[in-house]
Amino acid sequence: MRAFALITLLLAGCAGQQSAMHVAGDQAATLISLFRLMMWVCGIAYLLVILFLGWGLIRRRSAADTSEQPYHKLMAGWVGFILLGLILLVVASFLADRSLGQRQQVPLQVRVTGHQWWWRIEYQAGNGRWIETANELHLPAGVPVLLELRAADVIHSFWVPNLAGKMDMIPGKINRMTVTGRTNGWFRGQCAEFCGTQHANMALAVKVEQVGEFDRWLAGQARPVSPGEGVAAGRKVFESASCAVCHQVRGTEARGRVGPDLTHVASRRTIAAGTAPMTHGSLRGWIIQPQAIKPGTSMPPSDLSPQDAEAVASYLETLR
Amino acid sequence: MTDRPVYVQGDLSSLPESKDGPASLAWWGNAGFMLIEGTAFLLAGGSYLYLMMAGPDWPPKGFAPPQLVWGIVFTIGLLLSEIPNRWLIKKASARDERAVRIGIIIMTLAAFLLFIPRALEFTALGLRWDEHAYGSVLWMLMILHTVHLITDWGDTLVLALWLHTHEVGDRQFADVEDNANYWRFVELSWLPLYALIYWAPRLA
Amino acid sequence: MSQRHEQLQATWSDPPGIWGFLTTVNPRRIAARYVLTAIALLILSGLLALDMRVQLSQPQMHRMTAQLYNESFALHGSTMLFLVSVPVMEAMAMWLVPLMLGQRTMAFPRLNAFSYWLYLGGVMMLWVPHTLGVTPDLGWFEYPPLSGPSYSPGHRADIWAQMITFTEVAALAVSVNVAVTILKMRPPGMTLAKMPAFLWAMLVSAVMTIIALPAVMLVTSMLIADRLVSTHFFSPAGGGDVLLFQHLFWFFGHPEVYIIFLPGVGFVSAIVETFSRRRLFGHVPVVLSMLAIAILAFGLWVHHMFAVGLPKVGNALYTAASMAIALPAGIQIFCFIATIALGKPSYRTPLLWIIAFILTFVIGGLSGIMTASAPLDLQLTDTYFVVAHLHYVLIGGAMFPLFGAFTYWYPKATGRLMSDGWGIVSCALIVGGFNIAFFPMHILGLMGMPRRIYTYGPEMGWGDLNLVATGGTVIASVGASIFVANALISYWRGKRSGADPWSGSTLEWATRSPPSNYAFADVPVVQSAAPMWDNPLGPFPVMRGLSSRCREALVTSLVDANPQCRQPSPGPSIWPLVAALVTSALFVGSIYTPWALVWGAVPLALVLTAWFWPTRPRRKEAQA
Repeated sequence: MRAFALITLLLAGCAGQQSAMHVAGDQAATLISLFRLMMWVCGIAYLLVILFLGWGLIRRRSAADTSEQPYHKLMAGWVGFILLGLILLVVASFLADRSLGQRQQVPLQVRVTGHQWWWRIEYQAGNGRWIETANELHLPAGVPVLLELRAADVIHSFWVPNLAGKMDMIPGKINRMTVTGRTNGWFRGQCAEFCGTQHANMALAVKVEQVGEFDRWLAGQARPVSPGEGVAAGRKVFESASCAVCHQVRGTEARGRVGPDLTHVASRRTIAAGTAPMTHGSLRGWIIQPQAIKPGTSMPPSDLSPQDAEAVASYLETLR
Repeated sequence: MTDRPVYVQGDLSSLPESKDGPASLAWWGNAGFMLIEGTAFLLAGGSYLYLMMAGPDWPPKGFAPPQLVWGIVFTIGLLLSEIPNRWLIKKASARDERAVRIGIIIMTLAAFLLFIPRALEFTALGLRWDEHAYGSVLWMLMILHTVHLITDWGDTLVLALWLHTHEVGDRQFADVEDNANYWRFVELSWLPLYALIYWAPRLA
Repeated sequence: MSQRHEQLQATWSDPPGIWGFLTTVNPRRIAARYVLTAIALLILSGLLALDMRVQLSQPQMHRMTAQLYNESFALHGSTMLFLVSVPVMEAMAMWLVPLMLGQRTMAFPRLNAFSYWLYLGGVMMLWVPHTLGVTPDLGWFEYPPLSGPSYSPGHRADIWAQMITFTEVAALAVSVNVAVTILKMRPPGMTLAKMPAFLWAMLVSAVMTIIALPAVMLVTSMLIADRLVSTHFFSPAGGGDVLLFQHLFWFFGHPEVYIIFLPGVGFVSAIVETFSRRRLFGHVPVVLSMLAIAILAFGLWVHHMFAVGLPKVGNALYTAASMAIALPAGIQIFCFIATIALGKPSYRTPLLWIIAFILTFVIGGLSGIMTASAPLDLQLTDTYFVVAHLHYVLIGGAMFPLFGAFTYWYPKATGRLMSDGWGIVSCALIVGGFNIAFFPMHILGLMGMPRRIYTYGPEMGWGDLNLVATGGTVIASVGASIFVANALISYWRGKRSGADPWSGSTLEWATRSPPSNYAFADVPVVQSAAPMWDNPLGPFPVMRGLSSRCREALVTSLVDANPQCRQPSPGPSIWPLVAALVTSALFVGSIYTPWALVWGAVPLALVLTAWFWPTRPRRKEAQA
């Protein structure tokens, strides 16, 4: 068990952006300390069992010593140890739970909605308006953020292990949790409740950043679109073909609400909820054959010609 | 016993072939199945309460609670059926063949008569099972109980047929008792369901 | 004696040939079928696991598509939980309980037959459509709305739900049978206080089954109704609630774990006693612990739902109740080790499995304490940590004792011993491979690997440990193959065992191996929970007087086991099979139309009437 603790600590060093051991937020920090305490208590318990078993197996036996008396005392001691350990862990657990449940004044509220198989993310702007994005969550460092978790279709579970424990997203119900990012950087979250064919490809990129940087990012996301030069053709295809039925690009004719908001799609790191990197090639591939990249996705294969798909990809690339 | 020599300590041949009540295996089997069904009733009732607590209104807006009249008729009828049922149990344990043959006919008819108010109860629920979860859980409770009613009626009918065509032995008297005990289970399980179906929406 | 033997043999034998096969009510014959079916499924389902481990051994493997992977884990989990673990434990009870009671049969012999045929129906319900390409693909618990009509069109979810109905009806039937047999058919002298721990384990497990299983039947019926007749139990739009499903499912699902684990405790108690050559230390605490586990088990289903966002008020209570299981489980482990320490252990294969059980199960129990903590569970649930935990508990806590039990009672069933040498090799490979496979999964879970994902990217850093895990699975599979080969070869080549090769403590060792149809010519009288050891050199006390011309079973009183009556016991009958066939038709039909329940009930009623129709002379007046 102690070896296990060592292994976990060693691995924590090299583990990536999605790990409960690589703490980057207050809630995850509370939980990893609780875990360490549990490891100690359980490790000692296991050691005692092994020692007792080992001794019982190899001890020298004489015909005379068959008295049960010492074992009754030993059992009483064992029961006492278990009880003490349980009390310690129940209390520790209760305290940790209470600290997770504490609702400080929360300056920022974000609504995250689970869809098969992507995340709709909405920030509340100062004027009561909601600013929508998808699959990428930005959090200001050191600021408690209230996440309002919903589900659009089936049950999903919001989990960014570096920041906090998971919380299910349940149709017909709104769950709330507070997360406080501490360490700047990119982290990764992933749906933790089986939600259908592409459950494995429902990831969430999370960036914890300085408050100023976060504010600039949010202001950028709030802006309507400003497409670059020379992509009018792609924009026209996007708005006239089926793309606009499902996707929104604020400031244009595309007002679909079924799929992810694409107003600033090119500012994101990945497409299709972490399935592919944000490159021209994968954008084009995704437009032509989404089912080949993420079989089962709700995005239908398009009937666009290769030129049109190319044009749409170029257009989307300018949406920063 | 194969290799070891044995020493005969007692003789069992004088024991009777069957005994009533908790001394018989059938009684325990019956009790086991009642425990299973009782748990199912309990959980179904729990589901009703759960949905009731989860929703804002009960019954939901636009629906009225079930009409009372047929539920009352059925409940009174069911409770009255305990009178012949009790008499039947007494006669069965007294091994009174003639009385048991009459009693089982009365119970068959009584249960059959209860189907009439029960059928009308379904029409008085006020909504279908597919209109709202409230309807779904209401129909579930009603169907669950009705299935037990029909099952025990079928059992009683078969028993009546058999008793009137065959010689009656100790085992059959015990069967009559087990069947009558099961009827009591049908009666008792109805009372909480009745309260849930008819009164929970009114008191909520 | 020999003439009496002939007479008894004739009274208790089955008709010859296929008819006998179909009509038998011999609990050992039926239980053997049950065990063999369950083991065949264990192997199939294990192969599925191996296949999944190959898919996960490295990032972005393409052995399986997402759909195939989802079907594989759904089939693996559903088979293991519903068609292997619970039935195999019940089958062991069916085989062993009457022998340990010195009885010729069980309380309701025909119910056993019905139960097996219905179980077989459940097996076919899941596996026949699988061969036709229709496999459930949502795991062993199928949460709505994902399993509801909108998100799971087709019949995959119906098959899953109805397979459960099949197996649960079967399981309930066996449980009633086992419970009544233990309560009412104990041999004279075996008061409740002198009942072996094994029988207590089977009794407690049977009663738990009776209380837990109606919940899952109810909830899957509600799911089928939502899918088939548009009820709204679990659709929020229609006023339903998706969490109601989880509450009902886990009200069953958590006790289910102990329903599987307690028979394991029973095996361990029996094996530890015999191989330590000493009575079980702490018989009373062990039995009380079983009862405590049974009671606690019904109070902690919510610990499967810590992440659904229930009010925090209850968390501390459920955390405490869940962790409290550690106390009775810890006491049991203590008593087992103390028995070994106080005794003169003989290190044969069955005892090695028990040592493996202690080493492995305790890890599962301790990781269970971690997942029982409401806040910590938020990091652990639905990750590979839980995958590791549940396999440590179920394989370490129930399968290792089962393999030990298989080795221990194999000579009783076949008359031959399994090879000890190969037994040790297979035990070492399975236990070693298992730990190499599953221990790293704890770490993977903490490293953020969720369960039920068919692939992962190389940047996640999970590749190395997954490769180790797959390697462990391969090692364990080699061990399992040796185990199976050992069992097969020993059947023909094994050393002959005689009635009592291990000097066992309980009554099954008093009869020949394999037992004759009637098992016991005389009714043993017992003085303690280890009756074979009471007076090992003197004659065995018995009672006589049960008929050898007709089938009779001795019924005794509930607490003191005083003889009450000699109840006639039914002989072979085709009706259980027919009833199971009709019931199966009803269940299968109800996937397509609710009217199947109505029309199917008519033939079912007729068959049940035929089944229970007593055979007695016609009434005199009626004949006239």
